[in-house]
Amino acid sequence: MDEITKAVRGYIIREYVQEGDEREITETTPLISSGLVDSFSMVSLLRFLEKKYAIHIPDSAATPEAFDSVERIAALVRRFQRAEVGSL
Amino acid sequence: MRAPPSCEEVSSNLSWDVAQQELGYRPGDPINIGWMCSDRICQLGLANKLALLWEDYQGTKKQFTYDNVRIFSNTFAEFLTDLGIQPGERVCLFLDRVPELYIGFLGILKTGAVAQPLFSAFGDESLLVRLADAGTCAILTQKKHLYKIRKIRNALPNLRHVIVVDADSASLQEHETPFAMERAPQVEHFPAYPTMAESPSVLHYTSGTTGQPKGAQHVHYSIIAQYLTAKWVLDLRPDDIYWCNADPGWVTGTSYGIIGPWSNGITQVVLDSGFNAEKWYEFIEQYGVTVWYSAPTAIRLLMKEGSEVVRKHDLSSLRHLASVGEPLNPEAVLWSQEVFGRPFHDTFWQTETGCIVITNLPGMPIKPGSMGKPFPGITASVLDPKTYEPGNRAGASGLIALRPGWPSQIRGYWNNPKGFEAKFRNGWYLCGDRASIDRDGYFWFMGRDDDVINTGGHLVGPFEVESALLECPAVAESAAVAKPDPVNMEVVKAFVTLKRGFQPSDDLELDIMNHIRKRLSPLAMPQEIEFVNSLPKTRSGKIVRRILRCKEFNEPLGDLSTIMED
Repeated sequence: MDEITKAVRGYIIREYVQEGDEREITETTPLISSGLVDSFSMVSLLRFLEKKYAIHIPDSAATPEAFDSVERIAALVRRFQRAEVGSL
Repeated sequence: MRAPPSCEEVSSNLSWDVAQQELGYRPGDPINIGWMCSDRICQLGLANKLALLWEDYQGTKKQFTYDNVRIFSNTFAEFLTDLGIQPGERVCLFLDRVPELYIGFLGILKTGAVAQPLFSAFGDESLLVRLADAGTCAILTQKKHLYKIRKIRNALPNLRHVIVVDADSASLQEHETPFAMERAPQVEHFPAYPTMAESPSVLHYTSGTTGQPKGAQHVHYSIIAQYLTAKWVLDLRPDDIYWCNADPGWVTGTSYGIIGPWSNGITQVVLDSGFNAEKWYEFIEQYGVTVWYSAPTAIRLLMKEGSEVVRKHDLSSLRHLASVGEPLNPEAVLWSQEVFGRPFHDTFWQTETGCIVITNLPGMPIKPGSMGKPFPGITASVLDPKTYEPGNRAGASGLIALRPGWPSQIRGYWNNPKGFEAKFRNGWYLCGDRASIDRDGYFWFMGRDDDVINTGGHLVGPFEVESALLECPAVAESAAVAKPDPVNMEVVKAFVTLKRGFQPSDDLELDIMNHIRKRLSPLAMPQEIEFVNSLPKTRSGKIVRRILRCKEFNEPLGDLSTIMED
C-alpha cells in the first residue's frame, strides 16, 4: 500500500468509522454506494485531500464514482498531483 | 399501453369520499394503515403479487409478496407486543433501506404503536434530541448503527428496548434484543389493533427556524390522502413497477415509499445504495421500472453525468416521472424530456401536509419550473404577508397557504402545541414557503419564508447547527444560513467568530465540518465556513441571519434600522 493510499484509508477510518462501528475498510470497500460517505460528506473529504496534497480537484472530477473506494480516491489524488506538476 | 388520464377524468375521481369507498372504509370504523397495506391487499386476491423487490449495493436481492409482507409484519407486531409495547407508544425505525424498515413500519402500526422513522445517517446528537422529545420506548436498528445508540442510551430513560435486526445475542449488550424477521417463527394471524381515524400513526421530525426539530403527528386517516394522491398524481396502475428514491427516514419515503404504493397494491422496487448514475440506470432497466418518483438533487446529479450514460441503457419501460423535495428547475424538466422522452412532473408538499398538495397532474400541460396547481380537494392560495389575505394580482409574491382539513394534515407537533398554532393565520395553514400564481393558476416557487435551509430536499434547522457549532472549543458565536448550490439548491454555510487564542485555518475549518457531520448528519454539515470578526446583531443582541443569507443570495438587505453598528 503506497503512502497516499495509506493516508486516505487512515483518514476515512479516523473520520468516518466511529468508535464501536465494526466496519472494516480495505482499499476496495465501497464508500459512496455503501452509504458510508455521501455526497454531502464528500465535501469535507475533498477539502482534506486538497489541503494535504496541495492540489485542486475540480467539481467535474469529484464524482461519486471517483470517491467510491480508497483505491479510486488515491488514483484521483495521483492524477491531480501529476496535473499540478505538469502545470508548473 | 393506456394513455394518460385526462385532467377531467382525474378530477372526477378525486374526492376523499372516493378514496374511502375504494379502501372500503366507512367513517366511524377502525382504520389501521398496517392492515390496509398488507392484509387488505391479500383479501383482494393479491396475496401472491410481489410487493417489494429489494437490492443492495453489493447486489444482494430479495423479494416479498403481499402475503410475505402480511406475515412478516404480523411477526414484527407479535414480537413488539410480547415485549410489552403499548398502543400509542413511539417505536423508532433507525435502519438503512432494508426490507425490515418497510415491513417493520407496518408491524409497528398493527400494534397500535406510533412509528417514528429516523434517517440512519443521523449522528448521535440528532438521534438523542428526537428520541428524547418523543419519549421513544423502543428502537429498531442494525448492528452498524448500534454505536450511536450506545453513546446516548443513558440519557434516554424511556428507551426500554433496542432491537437489532441483523445481530445474534452474543454480540449484544444488556437490554439489546436480536430479532431476525425472516428467521423468527412466522405469525399467520395477528389481530391489528383497532386504531381509529384520528389515532396517531407516524411521528416524523422536521426542522424549524427556532428551537429543536418538531415531531409532526400523523394519524391513520392520512392513508385516504396518500392512497388517492399516489394513484392519481403518481399515476400508479396495477401492473406498474414503482421506484421511489426517498428514504423512509423522511416523509416522502413513508407516504410514497410505503403507504401510497402498498395501499394501491403496487409492486415497488428499492435500491439500498448511495448515488451512482450507472447503477441507477441499470436498476431501472433490470426491473423495468415504469413510475419513478425522484428528487431534483438526484436529477441534477444525473444531469451532471451526462446523456451518454443514459443511452447505454434501455429505459423504455419508464412511463411516468415525478419529483419532490425542492423546486424542479426548468432545465431539469427539459433535460428529462430530451433523454427519457418524458418530463419530470414537479410535486409540492411537506412533512406537515402528509400528501402532495400542489402538483403537475399526469396529462396536464407542464410549464417547466412551475409547481403546478392545487390537487383537487386541496384549497391553496398565496397570501399577502402583511394581511394574510389571498392576493388577487397574478404574479405577486406571497405565502403559500392551505385551507385546513385534508385527511393527511398533521394533527399537531409533539409536545409543542404553540408551535403548531403558530402555523395558522386567518384560517389558513402557512407552509413557510413563498410563491406566486400566474394567470393560468399555476404556482411558482420563490423561496422559503424563514431561515430553514432546504438542502437536497431536506430541511435543516439553523438552531440545531448553531448549537452543535458552539460545542467546538474554538467557536465563540455562530450563524448557519442557506447558501445557493447548483445541485442541492441550498447548502449550509456557517459564519463563525472564534474565541481568543484561536486563529482561522484550513485545519480548523475541516475539524468543525467533521464535528457537525458526526454529531448531526452529513446534510447538516456546513459546506463552507467563513471566519468573521463579528456577526450582525439587533440592538438586543440577537444574531440576524437574514442579512447573512441575503448576502449569499445577492438579495437586497431590506430594513437595517434595528441592526447594531459594529
